[in-house]
Amino acid sequence: MLDSDDIGRRRREPAKRAARDEIDMNDRGPVRMKPPKFDYHAPDTVREAVAVLADVGDSAVVLSGGQSLIPMLNLRLARPTDVVDLGAIDGLANLEPVDGGLEIGAMVTHRQMETNDLVASITPLAQHAAGFIGHRAIRNRGTIGGSIAHADPAAEWPAVLLALDGTITLASAETTRTVPGDQFFEALFTTAKRPDELITSVYLSGRFQNSWGFSEFQRRTGDFATVAVAVGCVIATGAVVEARIALAGVAERPVRCPDAEQALIGTRPGRAVDAAIAARDSFEPVGDCHGSTEFRKRLVFAETKRAVTQALGPDLESRANA
Amino acid sequence: MRDITVTINGRPMSATVDPRLLLSDFIRQDAGLTGTHVGCEHGYCGSCTVHVDGASTRSCLTLAVQVAGRKVDTVESLAPDDETLHPIQQAFEDCHGLQCGFCTPGLLMSVAELANTNLVCDRAKIREHLAGNICRCTGYHQIIDAVEQALAEIREVQIDG
Ligand SMILES: Cc1cc2nc3c(=O)[nH]c(=O)nc-3n(C[C@H](O)[C@H](O)[C@H](O)COP(=O)(O)OP(=O)(O)OC[C@H]3O[C@@H](n4cnc5c(N)ncnc54)[C@H](O)[C@@H]3O)c2cc1C
Ligand code: FES
Ligand code: FES
Repeated sequence: MLDSDDIGRRRREPAKRAARDEIDMNDRGPVRMKPPKFDYHAPDTVREAVAVLADVGDSAVVLSGGQSLIPMLNLRLARPTDVVDLGAIDGLANLEPVDGGLEIGAMVTHRQMETNDLVASITPLAQHAAGFIGHRAIRNRGTIGGSIAHADPAAEWPAVLLALDGTITLASAETTRTVPGDQFFEALFTTAKRPDELITSVYLSGRFQNSWGFSEFQRRTGDFATVAVAVGCVIATGAVVEARIALAGVAERPVRCPDAEQALIGTRPGRAVDAAIAARDSFEPVGDCHGSTEFRKRLVFAETKRAVTQALGPDLESRANA
Repeated sequence: MRDITVTINGRPMSATVDPRLLLSDFIRQDAGLTGTHVGCEHGYCGSCTVHVDGASTRSCLTLAVQVAGRKVDTVESLAPDDETLHPIQQAFEDCHGLQCGFCTPGLLMSVAELANTNLVCDRAKIREHLAGNICRCTGYHQIIDAVEQALAEIREVQIDG
């Protein structure tokens, strides 16, 4: 946002303001620019893109769907010197089945994830969660790579990635590396991605395709999650042998809840409630105008119970609710 | 500066633009099409909604350079001529789906996308689809009425045609 100093200076020195922002004129008068000035790059290949990042350093940003970056530019919360637009690079928006899972190009949009048949069959949790992101116009442009890089703690993709044991593939001028989701999200809007790296794809495991759940509370349709819970389980001969539970909106980064996961293993009845209690007791979400800490803890309980019940299916549901 | 060519409402247009120029400002200032309204300029109100290659897009969250070589359709593309309204526009008029009209161009373009992808939907689905378009005047009920009427009319035309 503008600080008052900035506004005062602009009022007093109109000439300087014009010089700084270089107000362009066309035949209808001044053309006002909302984003700050930057150098624009539209490389055709990943190799060219990472070369620019290596060259410019950490004052460059990558532009994918722009649905988080452009608001920040418009509000001048971000003032990059260089913008590297991935829009012209071929092959970054592919969806490919690999080893029973799904390799998803960084530029695949939320809308593609919502409507693609491969996503629906291999990673139905991801297909279902996609519909909770923003509005159609946001989903038409926003990308999975952009959301993972942005790492909003209330966003859907990071939680889904953790629940589906996902990995992130990063490219830089020097090398390509793959980082497990569990090691990627470090803090608020902070990840293991270095400024000279770009996300080229993410991988989601297909082994949870028969036992998954997702539940989210949002204040209004399209809002970020107040609390969202994503669950992936592997069930063998009636027993849960692997469980992953990831939550959005409860901490400064998307997180798994080991205690809740442990509560699901085996065949004991009543585990949706046990997992929900464990999740509620694991976090102290920060309260704000959208909900107090106490309210959010209740949401963690309710959404975890719903997501787990969905994952375990109707057979185990009655026992889970016992 | 960058040279771009964009097909706006079916007509190719070339321009030299600053890369930081928003598509919304390009449409209003360079193309002179002021039907697209600009409200919040950070993605929340939906009044700036246009179609890029047929998909609804916030023009305030898109740079003009990002649509180089693409097809952009604005609210001006809806009516077939100066005398006739598009069925969606007609329904908004019939049902009083607008008062001040600030939100209307964005709503019309969101509804146009719905009509292209999902002609059969109940009021709940319509509400969900339009949740990203904020209206300060109508209280939404007449907007939903209008969309129901418009979708019904378009379905009928398609069956007859
Ligand atoms: C009104 C509104 C509602 C929204 N609601 C939701 C919601 O409910 N849930 C939700 O999850 N999101 C929501 N979003 C955000 C949206 O999902 C964004 O699309 C997403 O957060 C970022 O993806 P993007 O492709 O638009 O990235 P951009 O905006 O282009 O980039 C975001 C950040 O990631 C970096 N980046 C982008 N791509 C890469 C890459 N490949 N490699 C490295 N760095 C990269 C950029 O440099 C930038 O810092 C909403 C946005 C709006 C405007
Ligand atoms: S002006 Fe674009 S969403 Fe409000
Ligand atoms: S009619 Fe006034 S904002 Fe919708």
